Amino acid sequence: MDLSEINFAVLVASLIVASTPLVLAALGELIVEKSGVLNLGVEGMMIIGAVTGFIVGVETGSAYIGMMAAAMAGALLSLLFAFIILIMQANQVASGLALTIFGLGIAALMGHPYTGIKSPQISTISIPFISEIPILGTMFFQHDLIVYLSLISVLVIWYFLNRMRAGLILRSVGEDHDVAHSLGYRVVTIRFLAITFGGAMAGVGGGYLSLVRVPQWTEGMTAGAGWIALALVVFSGWRPFRLLIGAYIFGGITILQLNLQAIGVNINIALLSMAPYLATILALVVISMSRFRGNRGAPGCLGRSFVKIT
Amino acid sequence: MRQFMKYFSASFLFISMVITSSIAIAADYKVGFIYIGPPGDHGWNYQHDVGRKAVDEAFGDKVETVFQENVPESADAERVMTQMALSGADMIFATSFGYMEPVLNVAKKFPKVKFEHATGYMTADNVSTYSARFYEGRTVAGHIAGKMTKSNTIGYVASYPIPEVVRGINSAYLAAKKANPNVEFKVIWIFTWYDPAKEADAAKTLISQGADVILQHVDSSAIMTVAEEAGVYAFGQASDMSAFGPNAHLTAIINGWAPYYVKKVKQGMDGTWKGAEQTFDGIGAGMVIIGPLSDKIPDSVKKEAMEIRDGIASGTLHSFTGPINKQDGSPWLKAGETADMGTLLGMNFYVEGIEGDIPQ
Repeated sequence: MDLSEINFAVLVASLIVASTPLVLAALGELIVEKSGVLNLGVEGMMIIGAVTGFIVGVETGSAYIGMMAAAMAGALLSLLFAFIILIMQANQVASGLALTIFGLGIAALMGHPYTGIKSPQISTISIPFISEIPILGTMFFQHDLIVYLSLISVLVIWYFLNRMRAGLILRSVGEDHDVAHSLGYRVVTIRFLAITFGGAMAGVGGGYLSLVRVPQWTEGMTAGAGWIALALVVFSGWRPFRLLIGAYIFGGITILQLNLQAIGVNINIALLSMAPYLATILALVVISMSRFRGNRGAPGCLGRSFVKIT
Repeated sequence: MRQFMKYFSASFLFISMVITSSIAIAADYKVGFIYIGPPGDHGWNYQHDVGRKAVDEAFGDKVETVFQENVPESADAERVMTQMALSGADMIFATSFGYMEPVLNVAKKFPKVKFEHATGYMTADNVSTYSARFYEGRTVAGHIAGKMTKSNTIGYVASYPIPEVVRGINSAYLAAKKANPNVEFKVIWIFTWYDPAKEADAAKTLISQGADVILQHVDSSAIMTVAEEAGVYAFGQASDMSAFGPNAHLTAIINGWAPYYVKKVKQGMDGTWKGAEQTFDGIGAGMVIIGPLSDKIPDSVKKEAMEIRDGIASGTLHSFTGPINKQDGSPWLKAGETADMGTLLGMNFYVEGIEGDIPQ
């Protein structure tokens, strides 16, 4: 066992790649929940994104077009959810679960002819000059476009929620839809938009899995990533930056555990495989206990149906 | 909406008709196959399907084959095999280890149907088992890996700590060490046969720690894709995987089930098939095939690899020939001694020189 064999710059770089699908999907869900809707269908939208992105990527030969198709597929599936819960007023938890089951099934059906096919590649973009900084360059500045996009969206979403009027309106709809409605905001329209955005982000997260991280299509390849994304949103206290940290801790321990195995560390492997989940929960619990006690950030109307009073 | 439902139920009906009609059988001799995954996996299941097609070709109209893919290793397997037996199958090949219990249960209910179970160890009057000496192929791959590595670090992505996998690691290590005394093995266990994301992560980790040749005992082609991208070498598992890494692919250890399937179906037809038999064949019988060698391998190494292959096939060479010590340094095989069947089938220790522990 020799710790120096682990290349930490590469470790950080690969943990970023491993966490990116989580970051994307969780950011989308964060917006959805901020608008007062609980969509448990993240896993289903991710896998639909993964399979559609892969199919379109293979057929067109462009991973970027595939990625866009992944976003659209995720958004399309989320529209179904939006219709059911906003127009038909169905229960959000049950509809979200149904969405996951539906997504997994239909993705398996769609992807059937595409198992064992190679996907087009997305090239990495090294940012000029700063990518050549010895260790930091390898860690942060030699990634593909989607990784940079995920980091930018953390910033944008933070800015949107905390510094923009539109973000304030979205939050007010999530806090108390009756008040927002009486002030003249269109609760249903705003939630429609939020859900669609969440679907698109989950779709991109899935597409990143099948087009970049693996890159291959396999039935059920999201393997619970959607559920982890959901948990990250809650544990992060609905804050984009904490969400990013949580996702990176999760990805980091996953990659670290493989590295430790490869250098021959003598630890129970069942424990090692459990470690990412434990560490993420622990870290986020500690963060949420210390400074912002009492203010967990859960939207007041999360999960409640909006019935228009006329 | 009603229109949609009409189309939906119509297509549903159609699909269920296709499924039932594919299970209903009508030729003289009927053979069923069940697969754990899709035949399009380009790995384990693909080769079983190649074997099935060879049966089709060998007997033409006299034999009809059917298959069911993605059959879980659970009560589902029992249902699928029962369905096959009820619709007239004379012989059923169950092609994954986890079908062992279901096979025995269904075999009890249908004593006239002949069952063949891959990689299992329990038999009955109408159940025989078959497995391949994949470790013989790994001796050849290990030799090539030892010669091709420049960093002297070989990565190994392993699935479950069962004797079959441990045997493969030991066999590859011994051959690599013989070819290159400085060689070192890094093993990552991922506890799954088929999870492309995990396999890719494990391969990336091994490469980041300096491995420039990757061996795998998991089923997907994800590792080959990763190796191609990183510019290192890898070996195809179960099937030729050169399409996924034209530069990375050195050779493949291919499972050749076709001769066995044809032989067994023939025995079934002329009444010479016997139950309770255990077949364990290797390169010699064609059950393990070394795929085409890559141009990247120097001619001298190619020649050595072929000599090893032919030596194993003819029986002059054995993958486990002493002197070999176990990992803790205690002697296992004396000089010239070869491993006996019992130790091979229950192998649960590393040989001397491999670092790390087998997870318990």
